[in-house]
Amino acid sequence: MNDNFPILILLFLVAAVVVLAFLALTVFFGPKRPNPDKGLPFECGTVGVGDARAPFPIKYYLAGIIFAVFDVELAFLYPWAVAFRDLRLVGFVSMMIFLAILAVGLYYAVRRGVFEWK
Amino acid sequence: MYSSTDIIGILPEFLLVITAILVLILDLLDKRGETAGVVPLSLVGFIGAGIVSAFLWDRGGYAFYDMVVADNFTTVFRVLLCFIGAITVLVSPAYLRYRDIRLGEYHPLLIIAVFGMMVMVSAADLLLFFLGVETLSIALYVLACLDRRDSRSTEAALKYLILGAFSTAFLLYGVALLYAVTGFTSYAGIMENLRETTPDPLAVAGIGFLLIGFAFKVAAVPFHFWSPDVYQGAPTPITAFMSVGPKAAAFVALIRVFGIALDGTADVWMDALAIVAALTMTLGNVVALRQQNIKRMLAYSSIAHAGYLLVGIVAGGQRAFAALSFYLVAYALMNLGAFTVAMLVNRRGDGDYQLEDYKGAGFAHPLLGATMAIFMFSLAGIPPTAGFFGKLYLFSAAVEKGYVLLVVIAVLNSALAAYYYLRILGYMYMARPERELKPVPRLGAYTFTLILTSAIILFIGALPAGMLNLLFAALP
Amino acid sequence: MPQFVFLVILFPLLGVVVNTFLTRRWSETAIGWFSSAMVGASFAGSVATYATLLGFDESARHFQQVLFDWIRVGSFHAPATLLVDPLSCVMILVVSGVSFLIHIYSIGYMHGDPGFRRYFIFLNLFVFFMLLLVLGNNFLLMFIGWEGVGLCSYLLIGFWYADEAKATAGKKAFIVNRIGDFGFLLAIFLIWSVFGTVQFHEIIPRLGSFPIGSSVITAICLLLFVGAVGKSAQFPLYVWLPDAMAGPTPVSALIHAATMVTAGVYMVARTNFLYSMAPTALEVVAIVGGGTAIFAASIGLVQNDIKKVLAYSTVSQLGYMFLACGVAAYGVAIFHLVTHAFFKALLFLGSGSVIHGMSGEQDIRNMGGLKAKMPTTYWTFLAGTLAIAGIPGLSGFFSKDEILWKTFSSGHHTLWILGVVGALFTAFYMFRLLYLTFHGQFRGSRSQEHHLHESPSVMTVPLVILAVLAIIGGYIGLTPALGGTNPFEHWLHPVVTQGARAHTLLGEASHEVGALEYLVMLISVVVALLGIWIARSGYLRQASWPGKLSKGAAYNTVLNKYYVDQIYDTVISQPIVKISEVMAQWFDLGVIDGLVNGVAAFFGWVAGGLRRVQTGLVQNYAVLMAAGILLILATLFYRVLF
Repeated sequence: MNDNFPILILLFLVAAVVVLAFLALTVFFGPKRPNPDKGLPFECGTVGVGDARAPFPIKYYLAGIIFAVFDVELAFLYPWAVAFRDLRLVGFVSMMIFLAILAVGLYYAVRRGVFEWK
Repeated sequence: MYSSTDIIGILPEFLLVITAILVLILDLLDKRGETAGVVPLSLVGFIGAGIVSAFLWDRGGYAFYDMVVADNFTTVFRVLLCFIGAITVLVSPAYLRYRDIRLGEYHPLLIIAVFGMMVMVSAADLLLFFLGVETLSIALYVLACLDRRDSRSTEAALKYLILGAFSTAFLLYGVALLYAVTGFTSYAGIMENLRETTPDPLAVAGIGFLLIGFAFKVAAVPFHFWSPDVYQGAPTPITAFMSVGPKAAAFVALIRVFGIALDGTADVWMDALAIVAALTMTLGNVVALRQQNIKRMLAYSSIAHAGYLLVGIVAGGQRAFAALSFYLVAYALMNLGAFTVAMLVNRRGDGDYQLEDYKGAGFAHPLLGATMAIFMFSLAGIPPTAGFFGKLYLFSAAVEKGYVLLVVIAVLNSALAAYYYLRILGYMYMARPERELKPVPRLGAYTFTLILTSAIILFIGALPAGMLNLLFAALP
Repeated sequence: MPQFVFLVILFPLLGVVVNTFLTRRWSETAIGWFSSAMVGASFAGSVATYATLLGFDESARHFQQVLFDWIRVGSFHAPATLLVDPLSCVMILVVSGVSFLIHIYSIGYMHGDPGFRRYFIFLNLFVFFMLLLVLGNNFLLMFIGWEGVGLCSYLLIGFWYADEAKATAGKKAFIVNRIGDFGFLLAIFLIWSVFGTVQFHEIIPRLGSFPIGSSVITAICLLLFVGAVGKSAQFPLYVWLPDAMAGPTPVSALIHAATMVTAGVYMVARTNFLYSMAPTALEVVAIVGGGTAIFAASIGLVQNDIKKVLAYSTVSQLGYMFLACGVAAYGVAIFHLVTHAFFKALLFLGSGSVIHGMSGEQDIRNMGGLKAKMPTTYWTFLAGTLAIAGIPGLSGFFSKDEILWKTFSSGHHTLWILGVVGALFTAFYMFRLLYLTFHGQFRGSRSQEHHLHESPSVMTVPLVILAVLAIIGGYIGLTPALGGTNPFEHWLHPVVTQGARAHTLLGEASHEVGALEYLVMLISVVVALLGIWIARSGYLRQASWPGKLSKGAAYNTVLNKYYVDQIYDTVISQPIVKISEVMAQWFDLGVIDGLVNGVAAFFGWVAGGLRRVQTGLVQNYAVLMAAGILLILATLFYRVLF
């Protein structure tokens, strides 16, 4: 058993006690004056009442997701480029397969009309 | 360049990815997105990958710097997963057209989900395993909500996504902690470096988090909350798929990770796992008793079965693992069959799968009734079905290891479970229908699936030793 | 060749599968000949197996074929393995050979029946299970065959299930057999717990540690015998067999005379290594066998239904076989089994031919004088009758006489007297049957007389073949006393002396040919002739004594089969029904249902509570999961820290 272990548990306990204590204190000492406006969830200024399943345009999110995918791809490419000489042909082929799969995805997105703003 | 063992080692997975891409492209060729060709193509992909997997029996090995292990154990489950995928493809199209879901999006996602599961099965490294889990999960999140117009489907998918992300974090955290302690993410490396019965607290935490991640994936109590809601909301073929595929893949990984790699530290996690197993089967069965919806009932039933399966991990050892694998095969067959029946019986169009619908169905549809009887008998563990021998082997292996109390709980649970399984048969054969059942469509694919699965269940039930010996030979 | 033994059981199974799935549109003839060909192929395989065994050295005439590993749980192991040795070889030859003839006969007999295809499916299935029963190398496989033939028997007795009496007969056979099966099953459990294996060849070497007369082996033997009593229709479980005559006549010939009912005899002979160590059990077998032999024969004396006479005759002849087993003459029992299969199948098929010709009439009082109209049937029937009556030169004489001699020479003089009286009865009732059916004046209706005809050759050819076998079949077991070398006994010798240690104790019957043996033989011949003479005087010469006798109380008692069925009904069936009614009322509805419903209600209540946890709100789930995470981590750390 690690010697530091009791200390770790102590830290956990202290953290738990402190958190619970503060929660309890607010219950006891905090003034409670609820009104309907206070109970409303705050959602960037829009009115938080209505059907949660309201339709909204999805174009922006689709483009965002595709951006995220290629952003991550780029993050992959940097270390690959740095280590390219060491990885030799294996690295090259692997990355090409990876890019090809992504390219198919991009092609699919284009053909499905993800980038057509109407 | 890659060695031939590398290529051969991932050939089935490779084939599946190619198939998925081809299906995507094929779908693009038809603007309406109703390309019928995607179904046979997907089927060919699964069958091809299954055959290639089977071909790798005794031919595979470690590949890609020991990240991938294509041993016989992997082979067995690759074949099983391809079988599950193929059956899902068979029973899907009619349902999808009926619910107006696009086939062209559904099939690539399904193939990728199976691909993810095959990665989970063939991983010899926690990182690769994690990638498999994520590939599977993301595909499943989308599949669960493909029935976009149905609010229950989207709600189920959202819940699944949130809770899934929650559990994934634990899984990843567990991997990270184990890496911190041992310096390895490979199963072999962890096994080498983590043998003490009272390991480092960090390792204990890592094991705990890993256990939690797995528990979520197999829907063990108390991480099961997502499963009834998701099972009910998801399109029924996907529910069938989700109830067997990911469970099988996760249990194979559990055998590899907890059963073998973390075997040295078994003292640490054994009690927790045993408690989880007992709670899981008891809660699953008890709550299933009161369900009026067949999808929810089967969801709780699959929770209970996860509990039985965990007994195999707790017991440990070759015999228990062979029994566990046997049970997984049997479970996959009977659950797929039962869900297929559920798909056929519920054709009223409201997506409401009430047990009441089964009243009198046994006589109105003899084949449906007879096969459902086989599935229910097998799920309840009544001979001469595969389910009976699965339970027999599993429990006898656990008794041999001295887990008598756990087995007593499991057997009592089986008795309890018989009630709700047989109740369906009671409805089918002994009750009069309250309202006219819509005619069940006679579709070749469904008939084929029902006959195939029930025949294999009976075959294994008649000749269980052959199956068990095969699985014994395959164990790592 | 040994590796092809599985074909023997595979062909009939193939017949079942093909007939079930493919022959829906085939013509009757095609279905019938196809099914017969399957059994014929099985017979050919049996002959080839026999030839293979002949090629082996006498001391090593056995082999096993492992088909697959069937059940393996812990140390319990039951492989699907076929055992071929002289005993099972004889059995498969008889079973497949007789079945083949009866299949062909059935093509004619079942002609025009709407259930023609169903009939042949059941018949093929029966042959499969019967062959499995005799070829299995362990008790479990034997039990599967045992249950399988029982199932086929049930299906075929109630073949014309639209007739309620026939369906009831099927049910009766099934239920009575269950009583026997229960004993068999208990015996298997006991064997497993005592020996740790259910395979015959593994049990034999483990017997060494038990003394002769060991109580546990006696218990096993008695339980096995309970199974045999049920299947082979011995007292007191014989009641189902006469009722089983409700099935089609070829079925009676095949299942309820030649093969299935002899399974009990086969089982005792197969497990002779156990019985030879349990003299008490052997004594029970002998007494039950001898008692049944005379008891059933006496009922047969007065029956008027042609098939009922043959049914009681079968019960009686099976009694002789058990008598032979009981005096440890297993080989002789099997010898009688073989000859009985020939002549009893012949007699049943002959009676079927008569019934066929008589447009369904079964009462011999309404027959008479059929000899002229049905010559082939008559002459073959006569051959069978002479054989069963024990006339020297025909098969039944050799086997029955040897049983009686073994009984006498082993010191069971009382049982021997029973057997001799039984032989007298046998000769009498068989010739009574023959005279009433074929001789004298026709007593049936005008329309029956008009339709009276000889059966088609598809039915008479099997009759002729069986008649030849019934005549010459006995020469395979010609004893030294009659100038032979008894090849049959030599053939079976390695199997029936597996319990060799015990045999020396029991004292093997001497092979010396003595005057006593000839005297015993002479007595049985005289007795047989006496029986024929009495029948001749009463039914051919029409003396007045049968009429006078039929007014007596004794006659009525026998005619009503000693009221055994009524006794069973009053003493067993009705009380059970009464008790179960009472039990159903207060025990089942009150106590059991109360308990069950209580448990169900409890879990329902628990489930109702637990179900509320499943709120559908993802926040709640997350909180509960977090609690679960803390608990799991707490458990892990608890293990490590304390």
